[in-house]
Amino acid sequence: MHALAIRSLWKTYPNGVEALKGIDLKVEEGDFFALLGPNGAGKTTAIGIVTSLVNKTSGDVKVFGHSIDSELEAAKACIGVVPQELNLNQWDKVFNCVVNQAGFYGIPRREARERTETVLRELQLWDRRGETARNLSGGMKRRLMIARSLVHGPKLLILDEPTAGVDIEIRRSMWDFLQTINRNGTTIILTTHYLEEAENLCRHVAIIDDGVIVEDDRMSAVLRKLHHEVFVLNLRQPVDVAPKLNGFDVERVNEHELEVQIHKDQDLNSLFTALSTAGVEVISMRNKTNRLEELFVRLIERRENERNREKVVEELNL
Amino acid sequence: MDFQHQLIALDTIVTKECTRVLRIWIQTIVPPAITMTLYFIIFGNLIGRRIGEMGGFEYMQFMAPGLIMMSVITNSYGNVVSSFYSAKFQGHLQEMIVAPTANWVIVLGHVAGGVARGLAVGLVVTIVALFFTRLEVQHPFIAISMVILTAFVFSMGGMINAIFAKKFDDVAIIPSFVLGPLTYLGGVFYTISLLPDFWARLSTFNPILYMVNGLRYGMLGVSDISIVRAYVIILIFVVGLFWVCMYLLNRGVGIRE
Repeated sequence: MHALAIRSLWKTYPNGVEALKGIDLKVEEGDFFALLGPNGAGKTTAIGIVTSLVNKTSGDVKVFGHSIDSELEAAKACIGVVPQELNLNQWDKVFNCVVNQAGFYGIPRREARERTETVLRELQLWDRRGETARNLSGGMKRRLMIARSLVHGPKLLILDEPTAGVDIEIRRSMWDFLQTINRNGTTIILTTHYLEEAENLCRHVAIIDDGVIVEDDRMSAVLRKLHHEVFVLNLRQPVDVAPKLNGFDVERVNEHELEVQIHKDQDLNSLFTALSTAGVEVISMRNKTNRLEELFVRLIERRENERNREKVVEELNL
Repeated sequence: MDFQHQLIALDTIVTKECTRVLRIWIQTIVPPAITMTLYFIIFGNLIGRRIGEMGGFEYMQFMAPGLIMMSVITNSYGNVVSSFYSAKFQGHLQEMIVAPTANWVIVLGHVAGGVARGLAVGLVVTIVALFFTRLEVQHPFIAISMVILTAFVFSMGGMINAIFAKKFDDVAIIPSFVLGPLTYLGGVFYTISLLPDFWARLSTFNPILYMVNGLRYGMLGVSDISIVRAYVIILIFVVGLFWVCMYLLNRGVGIRE
């Protein structure tokens, strides 16, 4: 069964903006799924419709087989959501924020308290349970929102940019936590602007642009579509000019760094052979940009160019 | 979610709303007590002595049920409109919307909070009134039911206002320009028998007149209007406004994009 099945989903806002143009999407049960796209692409609208915060114009949405049209309560019971904007009751105590959320899912108070303790401990917020939400730091508020979304034990967790504005240490601890709950069976859908985050965590990726799904595949398959990658090499000895390496584009960044572009048909072994032949000793290397980011940027740029071209053709026809 | 689980959700919202009223008691309970004390001193004691009797009672006694009802109306309305709108504004209303909490639970939970504040303030004003005049309750059931039903009506009114409100100014418009005038013209300070025919007849279109007179009948045993008619009109408002609240929430007006 699919954790989420979206078919031909359209959303047109009252001001005429078409946020979604008939998207289809399927998320397998147990998957860790990245939904990516530039700002205004339609990610939050899609999530809003699934979580019933936004009314759809047309189309079907099923959560674990429950249609949001005919079995909305059953569908909602399966979902936990961490929205993009902080939406905590700032005056509520941390403990009450989570206990109340359990109550909204019909969990009796005693059980709600036990579950609250569990999730607050898991997210290292138990010591802050007596504080009001507004007194927490940004990272803690994000973690509180995650705790709140997990208290009823959702089968599908939807995270809309959960690590926005969170420092790297907390972000990494959140990654560990999310990977753990995913391993324990929770299906996760993640939207993020940190593509490194998506590449590290997710097994499946869909890219949405201008209300249309432009890529939807396993992460490994999507990354294979990269035609070339750029590596930055750190050199032991300084170089004055970029060495000529047969078959590779090499650029000197500074005396200790080179950038090498490798086509997907080439391999690193041949690069290192060429470097050795040229007498260049490499002490470390890294990707210039994250691979998914590279792909994402190219894809979005290509679509932008296509749109511009269509616009020009239209204007010429007029 | 079955009925039993919905009741748990209802209990959660009611507890949350009542806790809010108590947490900010200095804003919710104290100001109406001070305002009503001033009404009793100025209108009841100073001016009332010159007015003499009204409707067969000393003016302070006549005025007390009206002032109690006025405080119930403004506070039950104000509680729901501010609570629901700030939940919308801060975004934590989404907590309930994404959960399988039924819309009738969301309406009743918030309305219960408004009723609780209305009753709490009504009780405080009654206690204040006892410092100034002697109060008897001729028909306790009628008095209590009138207060509760009125609090229900205005709590739901507050909810509808909050659903449509897009900014904080919208929360203040109805209480200032509609509720206030209707309350003052609803027989709080006078009997409509004093009014010329045209104005007396016009007053019968004011629903607050029935609520004020309903409580006055429950407490003093006198009323400008038929008590049965008062119940019918208030019940029509209860059912009608509940339907409107449900319709708006089901359509997602003001809460879903």
